[in-house]
Amino acid sequence: MTAVVEATHLKKRYGRFTAVAGVSFNVMAGECYGLLGPNGAGKTSIIRMMYGFSPVSAGRMRIFGLDIERDWRQIRARIGVCQQDNTLDPDLSVADNLAVFAGYFSLPAARARARAEELLRLFALEKKRTAKVMQLSGGLAKRLMVARSLINEPELLILDEPTTGLDPQSRHLLWEKLRALRKQGVTLVLTTHYMEEAAYLCDRLMILDYGKVLVEGTPQSLIKQYAGESAIEIEGVDEALRKYLIENRIEHDVLDQRIIVYAEDSVAEDLRRNFCMERCTFRTPTLEDVFLHLTGRELRE
Amino acid sequence: MMLYANISWRFLRVWWRNVVVYRRVWKVNFLIPLFEPAFYLLAFGIGFRNLVGNVGYAGLTLSYTEFIAPALIATAVMWNSFFETTYSSFVRAFYQKTFDAMIATPLSLEEIILAEVIWGATKSAAAAAIMLVVLCPLGYVALPSGLLIIPLAFLGGIAFGAIGMWFTGIVPSIDMFNLPIFLFLTPLFLFSGTFFPVGALPAWAQKTSLAFPLYHVVELCRLFSLGRMEAMPLLSIGYLLIFAVVFLAVAIRAMRRRLIV
Ligand SMILES: Nc1ncnc2c1ncn2[C@@H]1O[C@H](COP(=O)(O)OP(=O)(O)OP(=O)(O)O)[C@@H](O)[C@H]1O
Ligand SMILES: [Mg+2]
Repeated sequence: MTAVVEATHLKKRYGRFTAVAGVSFNVMAGECYGLLGPNGAGKTSIIRMMYGFSPVSAGRMRIFGLDIERDWRQIRARIGVCQQDNTLDPDLSVADNLAVFAGYFSLPAARARARAEELLRLFALEKKRTAKVMQLSGGLAKRLMVARSLINEPELLILDEPTTGLDPQSRHLLWEKLRALRKQGVTLVLTTHYMEEAAYLCDRLMILDYGKVLVEGTPQSLIKQYAGESAIEIEGVDEALRKYLIENRIEHDVLDQRIIVYAEDSVAEDLRRNFCMERCTFRTPTLEDVFLHLTGRELRE
Repeated sequence: MMLYANISWRFLRVWWRNVVVYRRVWKVNFLIPLFEPAFYLLAFGIGFRNLVGNVGYAGLTLSYTEFIAPALIATAVMWNSFFETTYSSFVRAFYQKTFDAMIATPLSLEEIILAEVIWGATKSAAAAAIMLVVLCPLGYVALPSGLLIIPLAFLGGIAFGAIGMWFTGIVPSIDMFNLPIFLFLTPLFLFSGTFFPVGALPAWAQKTSLAFPLYHVVELCRLFSLGRMEAMPLLSIGYLLIFAVVFLAVAIRAMRRRLIV
């Protein structure tokens, strides 16, 4: 397998502030790779370096084996980017947004129209063909953003929070489209704040915080490694339980009103018998548990 | 110049985007260059006729309206491209994030900025062409030489559009465009031989006018309309060419510094 994206010791500084502090990762051909992290972790900064918008402060970013700093034009012709912010062209209709954008990739006019129609159909936007972008709801605008990023039939698709603000219907539509693209061999890089989405779509992912990689791996392996086999939520913060957990070196998070324990099934059984005074919830651990456990529960600026 | 290394013909795609947008609104907008010279000529022709006698210009004796008609085209060239690359480009660059989307495609920032300036110049040339439709039949602009005003308007449009784009790269907010307009455009508008011949001014004022880009556009418009000008034609064309190339580079640099982080 070949690496489509190779980031090595990547750094991004904005003046004195370091937003990305030495991140390395590879994305293999045909893979769906997730960048996860709390607000301000540096996801968008990494993505902006991937398509050559933001100059790399240190380290290297290679896409398709080419250096983004030097071969940016060649690279950008082969990738699709769906930015986090709405960057649709408000002066153009929905259909023209696609057709004119196709022109930036030098698609001939007839081909551009056909491709625009195809994408309108694919993303159920046909009825809005002549609408102004301003008239679209937030979710529809996002859908159009994703559609637009596919205009040049990219080999690598980069999506920065593609499903933020989408209703469940649109989100599922998009998930299906993305899975279909991956099946066709398109490589995907995406950021999201929805952990079930990341677990569902991503073959591998990384969790970032403060511009550094915390962990990387498949969703299952990360869950297994950092959240164990069971998650047990125990109401009330009981001192004896805390002591037991610390003494036995069992992974857990202490919240205001609850303790969440990540443990093997045998420990879970032990807890059920000895510590479930009030209410206990036993459930399968999720990527969200891993995320919160690793990045903490404090809010970010 | 390093800045020009990232420029290919692909910039025309961005120019085309502006054409597509403009196609919706042209019907209203083209009325302005059509009526503006008519209003001015009416006002100056009727209102000033008794106050101002004939004007001596480059050995010609002209009525006041004959004198200012070519200058009206030149000022329209200035305003059209300058407004396009200031207010309009500012909105596209920073409010609509239109350039952010473009930078994710094989377009370079240099091409995007160039296209904006060329689009401003296109509007200048179009305005000049529409004004000719009014001014030629009335005899204020001689034909066929008057047709050269269209490419001249394009060149002048690049010069003023580049300055406008430079301001767009450095003004802190959109309201601040008032300042360059007041400090730069208004003096040019008044002191570039537009409303009175520079030849009648003291020597130091004549020399100052030579530094004004609008002066050269006004002069060349008179040359193509009346067959005579005060300054030297090649000097004026050379000045505008150099001015356009230099300020385009300055504008691109300012925009790069502002947009790329
Ligand atoms: N242009 C900029 N100038 C200065 N600082 C910036 C700039 N862009 C981002 N930052 C800072 O860099 C850090 C990382 O920002 P980034 O947008 O990459 O985060 P993110 O992981 O995408 O967050 P979110 O989930 O909120 O989108 C933040 O602290 C942010 O404030
Ligand atoms: Mg972000």
